[in-house]
Amino acid sequence: MTEHFPILILLVPLFGALIVVLLGRERPEQCWVTSLVSLGISSIISLFTIIVVFSDKVQTIRYRMGGWEPEANGYEVGIELRVDILAALVVFAVTFVGFVNTIYSKTRAEAEVQGKVPFFYALIQLLIVGLCGIVMTNDAFNLYVLIEITSLTSYALIAMGNRRAVLSSFNYVIMGTIGASFYLLGVGYLYIKTGTLNIDDIRMVLGNDNLWEHQSIVVAFIFIMLGVWTKMAFFPLHGWLPNAYAYAPSMTGTFMAPLMTKVMVYVMIRVMLWLFGYEFVYSGQHVWKELIIWMSVLAIVAGSLLALARTDIKKMLTYLIVAEVGYMVGGAWLGNVTGQAGAFYHILSDAAMTFCLFIAASIIVLRVGDSRVNAFDNLFRKMPLTMIGFTVGALSMIGLPPTCGFFSKWYLISGGIEAGQWEYVCALIFSSLVNAIIFFRIFERAYFGKIAGVKEDLSPSDSDANPDTGIKEVPWSMLVPLFIASGFVLLLGIMNRTLFEWIQTALEVMNT
Amino acid sequence: MDPIIANFIEENIVPKFNYWIYVILMMIGLYAMITKNNLIKKLIGMAIFQTAIILFYVSIGVKEDGGIPIISHHGPDHHQETEAHSEAGSENLKHNIIDKDKYANPLPHVLMLTAIVVGVSTLGLALAISQRIHKSFGTLEEDEILNKLRPGGHD
Amino acid sequence: MKVFGLVAVFVVGLLLLSATQDFPSWGNPRSAASDGEVSSFYIEKTEAVTKVPNMVTAVLADFRGYDTMFETVVIFIAGIGIIAVLRNFEGSDSSIDYDNDDNGAGLLARFTCSLILPFIQIFALYVVAHGHHSPGGGFQGGVMLGASYILLALAFGLSKAKRIFSERRTMIFAVVGIFIYVGWGVLCLLLGGEFLNYSVLDSILPGDAMMARSYSMLVVEIGVAFTVTAIMFSMYSNLSTRGRLSKGL
Repeated sequence: MTEHFPILILLVPLFGALIVVLLGRERPEQCWVTSLVSLGISSIISLFTIIVVFSDKVQTIRYRMGGWEPEANGYEVGIELRVDILAALVVFAVTFVGFVNTIYSKTRAEAEVQGKVPFFYALIQLLIVGLCGIVMTNDAFNLYVLIEITSLTSYALIAMGNRRAVLSSFNYVIMGTIGASFYLLGVGYLYIKTGTLNIDDIRMVLGNDNLWEHQSIVVAFIFIMLGVWTKMAFFPLHGWLPNAYAYAPSMTGTFMAPLMTKVMVYVMIRVMLWLFGYEFVYSGQHVWKELIIWMSVLAIVAGSLLALARTDIKKMLTYLIVAEVGYMVGGAWLGNVTGQAGAFYHILSDAAMTFCLFIAASIIVLRVGDSRVNAFDNLFRKMPLTMIGFTVGALSMIGLPPTCGFFSKWYLISGGIEAGQWEYVCALIFSSLVNAIIFFRIFERAYFGKIAGVKEDLSPSDSDANPDTGIKEVPWSMLVPLFIASGFVLLLGIMNRTLFEWIQTALEVMNT
Repeated sequence: MDPIIANFIEENIVPKFNYWIYVILMMIGLYAMITKNNLIKKLIGMAIFQTAIILFYVSIGVKEDGGIPIISHHGPDHHQETEAHSEAGSENLKHNIIDKDKYANPLPHVLMLTAIVVGVSTLGLALAISQRIHKSFGTLEEDEILNKLRPGGHD
Repeated sequence: MKVFGLVAVFVVGLLLLSATQDFPSWGNPRSAASDGEVSSFYIEKTEAVTKVPNMVTAVLADFRGYDTMFETVVIFIAGIGIIAVLRNFEGSDSSIDYDNDDNGAGLLARFTCSLILPFIQIFALYVVAHGHHSPGGGFQGGVMLGASYILLALAFGLSKAKRIFSERRTMIFAVVGIFIYVGWGVLCLLLGGEFLNYSVLDSILPGDAMMARSYSMLVVEIGVAFTVTAIMFSMYSNLSTRGRLSKGL
């Protein structure tokens, strides 16, 4: 039974999506229950998958679709899924965030996507199928198909928002198509030189035939990287992200902000270490290593400064994501295991803390009816529970122990020192300082803000906020996800040593 | 003509014209996607861009003497093989050996079937999104839309 | 922006062209891709292991059937995505108010369409069913079948086409298509094989394990055709009416 876990993780939400569409618009409540159950099952299976791959006996599950053994003289003829501890951790993060986010969507879905609730739940479940598939697949072309699945679902999910969301969704379509097509071109270039599509086989052929110096392989690498960077909003290519995440329906933003970019970072690490291999990527003959670390420094600095310049809370968080992507790209490119493992650990911790902050910000925007920073005036008194969750996320973003943000930054910095890349270390510390300024500005308002409480300039569109009787806490269906998220921020911080060791062992194999 | 250029054309363009055509098509599409002001023109560029990639992949699978990748050494299709090959064909039939140079590489065709479907889906969804944009902004020109979004802009 | 775009496009183009120097020339049968182990396996062994002479169908529906499943899901996502973005449910909750003036095209066009529609549909079904032996398959046949309904809508008006193929029915068709595909894969799981390992189905299908693969490809192609037909028509009806489904072009 355990060998079928990878495919079951995908199939359960897929069936969930089909059932939700069949249930139709008249039964939004049942749609919610269906997707909650399907994502719950899926995340339980992925939790068991972690246990299975962690046992010494298995370590890596290889699941060959259609039962096709590598019959072409040892080359794979079918599509293979490959789940090791890294993939299992990311898959668990995806399914579990999806599950928790579905709890959050309970009340918001009906309010924000009036009458289209089943389509929302179907799309979000298919998005989760796509993300899990990306993480587990071991086939370069299958990865493209799954990237397009996640892209198409996210175009539709973002475009369900207001008119600015629709416009940013269009920009996302253009940027996303360019990115995915670049990836496809790179895979085509690899295929023309190697004649196979399986990721392990491509690396093997590249090594055996010594194709590393070929211009076409270098171009293939550049285009695959450009495609992946576009998808993960690496700094100069980040243009589509802030508006898309800030104006999308809130329960779409809370799901996509923590996961989409992180899964693409995972894809980047996979491409670097598994598809091309350590020797090609970090070898001295290409200038790109230094260049990319400088680009990531630029991304970190620019993302932090752009975030500092925003007064809109959600926009500010989206620019922080741009900076965090810079952390992870830089860490992965440092060229040592500490940096890579730090980048990978940051995938998990950033997913937790971004999720936490986005939920808190969405709750606050919903209740106060104002998305500017002065919405936080005196909020510790009015919404203490929400603010506790927000504080945990914010402290992690700044990088204070015992939250996971501190430890991931610690590992990244030690990786930077190990590699002697001081500009990267400085950028990380600078970004921490800027985050501290941003969030302590908010805390100051929230503690010592004006007692006024009643605001005249509330936007009339949001009838949920009640300015006359003061601002109340939100229902449990929104607070529970917030607490789960902030709990995970702390849990990942406490478990950092074990997690980091698992990741390090898994990555060391590829660094020889 | 300068012999260096002639040599270059003979060695790099004539035998590899498929790559040149696809790159030129792709550049046209990419240019339209990046610079055009009208959203529908951007989508037309996107369609050209994706078609260029499909052209590239399909041209990988071509073999000079290869036909369609459907095995035809039995049944009524047998007569399609030429006289010269029929001897070898029936010989192959006996030993069930297939001459792989006779058939185009099937894998790029399969991959592109997928890419075509993805392209159609993206285009359909993008058209729906641009209809929503037209509904809420009243225009499909990017600069006019951005004007309307500016705080001072009339809307 | 124009200059920047031009520069970027030329950089990309030159980079891509610079790689062609070590590419095989056009039609070279000895290129790595065409002469590699994987491609040779598909050409030489496909018929032996699946009993399907059309390699493209076999690779599509069997060797890379997992890809094709997601391809069908992509189509499905486009269909429900367009509804999610565009569909306007206002005023017409359960029953769509069909516009009675919507009579479609003129008499001649309607007469011609009613003559050729059955043939289009029969040919589409042939393309689906004969995909093993000739060019064709679920996508191609499904698109034709969808086009026949679009033709119906063009000739007789969308309301008439909707009476045959209502929105609810489109969605059910699309879901059933994917359900056939994925369900067939799950059946393989239940019988003890891997997902989409059709060879284990020989216990419930006539013939041996190879024939089971051949039959299963037909089943999944039918599933694909269901989804593609429904979504093509759904895409047309939503895009041509700005999501109101009241009156066609």
